[in-house]
Amino acid sequence: MECQECHLRPATLHFTKIVNGDKMEYHLCDQCAKEKGDVMAGSGSFSIHHLLSGLLNFEQHVGENHHHNHSVLKCPKCGLTYPEFVEIGKFGCDECYKAFHDKLDPVFRKVHSGNTMHTGKIPKRAGKNMNMKRKVSTLKETLQKLIEDEEFEKAAEIRDEIRALENGRNDE
Amino acid sequence: MSLQKFIDQAISPWMQSEGPDADIVLSSRIRLARNLTDFAFPVNASKDQREKAFHYIKERLEKEAYHSMGQFEWINMDGLEPIEKEVLVEKHLISPNLIQYSNHAAVLINENESVSIMVNEEDHLRIQCLFPGFQLNEALTLSNGIDDWLEEKFNYAFHETRGYLTSCPTNVGTGLRASVMVHLPALMLTQRMNRIAPAINQFGLVVRGIYGEGSEALGNVFQISNQMTLGKSEEDIVEDLRGVVMQLIQQEKAARRDLLDMSKIQLEDRIYRSYGVLAYSRIIHSKEAATCLSDVRLGIDLGLIKGVSRSILNELMVLTQPGFLQHYFKEALSPDERDIKRATLIRERLNLEDFQKPTD
Repeated sequence: MECQECHLRPATLHFTKIVNGDKMEYHLCDQCAKEKGDVMAGSGSFSIHHLLSGLLNFEQHVGENHHHNHSVLKCPKCGLTYPEFVEIGKFGCDECYKAFHDKLDPVFRKVHSGNTMHTGKIPKRAGKNMNMKRKVSTLKETLQKLIEDEEFEKAAEIRDEIRALENGRNDE
Repeated sequence: MSLQKFIDQAISPWMQSEGPDADIVLSSRIRLARNLTDFAFPVNASKDQREKAFHYIKERLEKEAYHSMGQFEWINMDGLEPIEKEVLVEKHLISPNLIQYSNHAAVLINENESVSIMVNEEDHLRIQCLFPGFQLNEALTLSNGIDDWLEEKFNYAFHETRGYLTSCPTNVGTGLRASVMVHLPALMLTQRMNRIAPAINQFGLVVRGIYGEGSEALGNVFQISNQMTLGKSEEDIVEDLRGVVMQLIQQEKAARRDLLDMSKIQLEDRIYRSYGVLAYSRIIHSKEAATCLSDVRLGIDLGLIKGVSRSILNELMVLTQPGFLQHYFKEALSPDERDIKRATLIRERLNLEDFQKPTD
């Protein structure tokens, strides 16, 4: 099929545009697609989306043997099912992360170089207790090390600090 | 409208100052993706839910100011002409996606256009901070401040182990995308970029052309950004990118020196020819324009071209895109017509400069 714009090069981009309910089909070559204002260069939605979808599909095939007898996973908050998530490659709401939790580790590992846990910023309100929890867990590690090194005086200080933090949480 | 006035409107005020390492790094950008726990994410939300989230956010942000940034302007996407939307994309203030989802979508932009917050794009909120030159840490600090300010108003979707929850699994965790726009003409001319780009990928960073498609980088301008968002702190993500970009700057500088040492006459020839094309051509394709602009900018950086301001590359790369051309000439243009108008605009723009003829 030739490009409908320049009639010279073969069409490589095929898409349907819906404007106010009117459906229009476009067949363009790369160059004309770029030149044509309404197809944005670099929108890139095709590649990343399809790559991701393929990746998620792969996970599903691997797991297929197991979930013949399971019902389809569905998010209780927004109603998105796991197969739908795989198809569009996007979560529907924050609860989806809990609903599909068991299947997500391999996905995240692939996308984020093996990582599945957040170690960055914690929001002040939404993560009110988490900042403290993280602090306590670092202190506990320090405590463990001090005990191993038989630095008992310092260890006692750290222990008190941990207690103070934990009591503070219970007061809230 | 005079060209100067048009440029003043078209080029974001933040772009008009120069940042550190401005001879190579054109701009630094931080983007944070955030969602609200009270609503379904915009992509899959029903029309009704989208609308509710939209009004909820609008109520809390429309007339707000963030510290010294001044008041944000709330711009409804529904109320814009297609060409106005395109201009916002070409200024990198909104993503092409926001046009696709423009139903109940908006963008908040501060006065000097260095901060934009997209509402109801793929995520409920997308904070973007742009700085001139190499200023990733500054951009991260500002983004964090705006993020904290927003969190006072909204209940963020956040999970203890997964971090900030985003619509796309590729953004989960920090929701952070850090990127720099770099001009690397000497690494391209010496063909060293072929070896460097794959090495950069190995650090979990992505290299791509900004204005071209795929691997082709129009005007030798590349964007380097982080790929992974989960499992590393924001500071580490930015630091890793910063380290690689610092290496790139050194490599580009070395390549520029080598070109001057070993093939100065060829380099001069190339740069002056390109200047000639820009100054005198009557029809110019976007690709040729980008190549020549890159050459001229290199000439300015190396002191071979005098009297022409550095910002000409960034400016004309933006201005000669289809949306801006049609905006300036106030008519829909076919690709052939655009090539003619593009040449006109470039000539007019160069006329505003005080090009000093080389003495020899």
